[in-house]
Amino acid sequence: MNKPVLTIEHLSVTFNQQQKVVDDISFEIFSGETFALVGESGSGKSITALSVLRLLPNNARLTAAAISLHGDNLLHRSEFELCKIRGSRIGMIFQDPMSSLNPVMTIGSQIEEVINLHFSLSRQATQQRVLELLQQVEIPEPEKRMKDYPHQLSGGQRQRVMIAIALAGEPDLLIADEPTTSLDVTIQAQILALLKTIQQQTNMALWLISHDLALVSNLADRVAVMQRGKIVETGITAEFFSHPQHPYTQKLLDALPSMQSCFTHNVEQKPPLLQVRDFSCHYPIRKGIFKRVVDYVKAVDGVSFDIQQGKTLALVGESGCGKTTLGKSLLNLIPASGGRVIINGIELSRLDGEELRQQRAHIQIVFQDPFSSMNPRMLVGDIVAEGIKALHPKISSDDRKARVALLLQQVGLPEDSALRYPHEFSGGQRQRICIARVLAVDPKLIVCDEPTSALDVSVQAQIIQLLKTLQQEKGVSYLFITHDLAVVAEVADEVAVMYQGKIIEHGPVAQVLSRPAQAYTKKLLAAVPVLQTENPKITA
Amino acid sequence: MVILWTDALIFLLLGLMLVLGLYLHQKEYMKRPLQQIGRSKVAMVSLVVLFFFMLVGLLDSVHFKSAKSNDIVSLLDVWATPLREQGEKTYSAPFAVYLYSKEMMTQADGTQQWGYPRLQFGGAHLTDPEAQQTSDITEKALYGFAQGAGLVIFFLFLLWSVLLEQHKPFMNSSSAKAAWAMVFLIVSVNYALIYLSGYYHVFGTDKVGEDVFYQAIKSIRTGLVIGTLTTLIMLPMAIIFGILAGFFRGWVDDVIQYVYTTLNSIPSVLLIAASILMVQVYMANHEEAYTSVIVRADMRLLFLCLILGVTSWTGLCRLLRAETLKLREMEYVQAAQALGVRRRVILLRHILPNVMHIVLISVVLDFSSLVLAEAVLSYINIGVDPTTYSWGNMINGARLEMAREPIVWWSLSAAFVFMFALVLAANLFADTVRDAFDPRRGGYE
Repeated sequence: MNKPVLTIEHLSVTFNQQQKVVDDISFEIFSGETFALVGESGSGKSITALSVLRLLPNNARLTAAAISLHGDNLLHRSEFELCKIRGSRIGMIFQDPMSSLNPVMTIGSQIEEVINLHFSLSRQATQQRVLELLQQVEIPEPEKRMKDYPHQLSGGQRQRVMIAIALAGEPDLLIADEPTTSLDVTIQAQILALLKTIQQQTNMALWLISHDLALVSNLADRVAVMQRGKIVETGITAEFFSHPQHPYTQKLLDALPSMQSCFTHNVEQKPPLLQVRDFSCHYPIRKGIFKRVVDYVKAVDGVSFDIQQGKTLALVGESGCGKTTLGKSLLNLIPASGGRVIINGIELSRLDGEELRQQRAHIQIVFQDPFSSMNPRMLVGDIVAEGIKALHPKISSDDRKARVALLLQQVGLPEDSALRYPHEFSGGQRQRICIARVLAVDPKLIVCDEPTSALDVSVQAQIIQLLKTLQQEKGVSYLFITHDLAVVAEVADEVAVMYQGKIIEHGPVAQVLSRPAQAYTKKLLAAVPVLQTENPKITA
Repeated sequence: MVILWTDALIFLLLGLMLVLGLYLHQKEYMKRPLQQIGRSKVAMVSLVVLFFFMLVGLLDSVHFKSAKSNDIVSLLDVWATPLREQGEKTYSAPFAVYLYSKEMMTQADGTQQWGYPRLQFGGAHLTDPEAQQTSDITEKALYGFAQGAGLVIFFLFLLWSVLLEQHKPFMNSSSAKAAWAMVFLIVSVNYALIYLSGYYHVFGTDKVGEDVFYQAIKSIRTGLVIGTLTTLIMLPMAIIFGILAGFFRGWVDDVIQYVYTTLNSIPSVLLIAASILMVQVYMANHEEAYTSVIVRADMRLLFLCLILGVTSWTGLCRLLRAETLKLREMEYVQAAQALGVRRRVILLRHILPNVMHIVLISVVLDFSSLVLAEAVLSYINIGVDPTTYSWGNMINGARLEMAREPIVWWSLSAAFVFMFALVLAANLFADTVRDAFDPRRGGYE
C-alpha cells in the first residue's frame, strides 16, 4: 500500500490526572482503506478519534509522540490552524444524526456553511456543489430536499446529510463514529453501502469506529480491537476473524449471538398462557380549532397471537412498526382501542381501576434503557421491593428484605446491592436489577422491550443467558421485542414479524428465519450483517 | 404571655420541622445525605449562621405584657432594654460621641453656641472624648470579645468532657471544627458588640434617634417570618397543583393552567394593596380586638405573607408542571404502574423526590426576593406596618437620606449586612442540601 494518511504514535489520554482512558496506542491508516476500531463501551475508541481532532473535554490530558496527517504532525499545529484541518482534511460523522444537525436551519444551508468555510466559491457554484453532494449521498429529489429542515427527513436521510456535510470539505480521512448504531438494520445496510461507494469514488481513508463485530467484518480492510484503552489485537479483516489471537477477541466473537442457534430449540407444544385477539391501538389525529378527529395513527392494528407457557415469542420489526406500543399496551400502560387480552383465563382488557391493579402481577415489563428505568433517588433494595409493597402489603418488612436479598442473588448481583443506588451499577447490572424488580411479583409473562440493545455484546450474552435460566427455573414466558434477528435466533421459540402495526408473518423461529414467506422478512434477514467467516446462509 | 398569630405559626413550623427531622433521622436512605451535609464545611458554617438568626427570631417571638409599661414586649426586647430605651434626638454615626446635626446649645456660662452637642448615651461616660474614644472602644471591644471567647471555650470543654467516646471522631472532623470556629466567631463578636452597645451606638442611630443595631436585630424576625411563612403558603399550592397538572393532564391540567394564568395576569401589587386595605378596614371595624399597635402590625404582617404566598406560587407551579410532564414518561414511572403501585404512591415516591431539587432552588431564590419584595412594598406603603421593624423599612427610611452630604450610610449598611448574611447562608446551605440529596453526585467533592 501507499503512504499512511494518519499515523498515531504512542497516544495516551488521561482524565482528571488519574483515569487512563487511552493507554499508549499506535496505528496507521492508509488512503483508500477502511480501518475499523472495535471495542466495547468505555474502551476509549471515541476518545481516540476526538483526540486526533483535539476535541477532548477540558479535564482530559493528551500525550503522544506524534499524530500526523500525511506526515504533518498535528500536535505542532495551533488551535487556529487545526480549525482549518477539521472538516477540510478530516471529516467526522457522529452517532446521533438528530442532535448533530441544527434544527432551525435547512439542510442545504448547513451544507453550504461548511463549503463556504473551506472554499471560496460563488453563490451559484456553492448551490451547485450542495446539489452534487446531496446526489452523491443518494438523497432523492435533492433540489426540493435541500430546502427541508432536519425534522422533515427520516433518520437514514439525516445521516446521509451528515455524510454530505462531512464530505463537503473533501477530506482525506473520514472518521465515522458508530454511524449506524441508532438506525434500523435495512437503513444501516444502505448507509454502509453508501460509505463504501463514496470511499471507492474518492479514494479517501475511512476510519470506522464501532462495537459491532459483524458489521466491521463486512466493511473493513483492517481491524483493531481496543480493551480498556489499549489496542490488544490488529489484523487484516479476513485473518482476524478466522484466526483471532487474543483471548479478549475470542471472547467477543464467542459472545456474538449466532443465527444457527435457532435450530436447537425445543419444539414441544405447551398450553397457551396469553391470548391476544384482534388487538389494536389507534391514536387520533386532531386538527382545527375544535380539535376534530380527522384520522387515526394505527400504531397497532388488529393483532392476534398466543404465547405458550414457558415459551418465548419474539416480536421483530423496524423502529416505528408499533412493537413497543403493542408491548406497553398489553400492560395497559398505553390505552388500547380495541381487542381482547386474556392471560391465564383472566381477561385483562376488560378490567380497570382497582381490579386491574390487583391483576397487574401477571404481566411485567423490562425496558430497553437501563438508565431511565430506575428512579435515581431510590435504593436498589427499595426498587426491587416496590412491587411486593404494592401488591402484597401484608408481608412484613423482614420477610420483604429477605425476599429482595434472594431475588438479587438469583439475578447474580452482590449481597450489598440493596443499600446502593442504581447509578453505582453498570448497564448490565442495572438490567439485572430491573429483572429482579419484575420477578418480585412472580409474573407469568415478561415483556422484554429491547432489553439488550443498549448493552455491549459480552454483557448482552450474559443477560440472555440469565433470561433463559430464569425461564427454565420459573417457567415464565417472554414476549421479546427486538430489532436484532441474531438475538431472536438465540432466545425465541416463535417469531412474529411486525410491519406498520400488523403482524405479517408468524411461526416457529427456525421456519421464519430459514424459510421466510414474506418479502419484508427476507429483506430484514438480508440486511443483518453476518460475520464473514460464517456461512452467511442459514441451512436447515 | 401573649401569643401573636405569627408567633404561633413560627412555633408550629418549628415543631413540624422537628417532627419531620426525627422521622427522617431513622430512615436508612437518609443516613448518607445527612452524613454528607455533616462533612461539608460550607454547610456546617452556614447552618451555624442560620441557627443564630433563628435563635434571635425565636427569642423575638416570645411575647408578653411588660409589667412596667403595659406594652407587649418580647424576650429579645427585655434583654436589649438598654438599646431600646437609650435613644438620641436624631442621627448619630456609629460609635459617635456627638450628634450628627448641629443645634443651638446652652453653655455652662449661659451663652448660646451653634455646634454638635454631645449624645445623651453614646460615649456619655467619657470625660475627654477626643483623647479617650479610640482606646476606650478598643479596650471595651477586646473585653467583650474575651468574655464571649471564654464562654465558648468553657462550653466546649464542658461538652468534650461529657461527650460519649463514640461521638468524638465527629467532633474532630474538619467540618465540625469549622462550625465551632464559626460559633466562636459569632458569639465573641456578638459579645463584643453587646458589651459596646452598653456605652455606644455601634451602628449609629436613625432619624428619630433609635439605635440601628436594635432595629437590625429586630428585623431578623420580620425577615424570617416573611421568608418562611410565605414559602409555607406558596409551596403546597405550587407542588400540589404543579404535580397534579403535569401527571394527570387532561381537564385537571386545563383547570390548573387556567387558574394560574388568570392569577398571573392580575398585577400582584394590586392584589396585595387590596388585601392590606381589607385587613385595615377589618381591624378598624373590630377595634376592641386590636387595641395594641403590635397586634395590629402583626395582623398586617400575617396578611402580607398570605397574599405574597398566593401571588407567588405560579412560577414554581409552572416549572413543576413541566418537569412532571417529563418525568411521567420516564420508564421507572411506567414500571411502577406495571407493578400495580397506586397513583398517589407514584406521585409521592417517584415524582416528588425527583422535582425536589427545583423546589429547593426556587424556594431559596424566592426567600431572598421575598425579603426584598417587602422592602419594595414598604415604599408604596402596602408592605409591613410602618411601626414594624424590618429591613425594608430601614432601607426605605435610609433611601431619603442618600442625597444628604455627608451621607447617612449606616442604616442602609446595617440592613444590607444582615440581609446579605441571612440570604447567603440560606443559599449556601441549600446548595449543599441539594447536592447531598442527589445520589448521582454522592462521593464527588
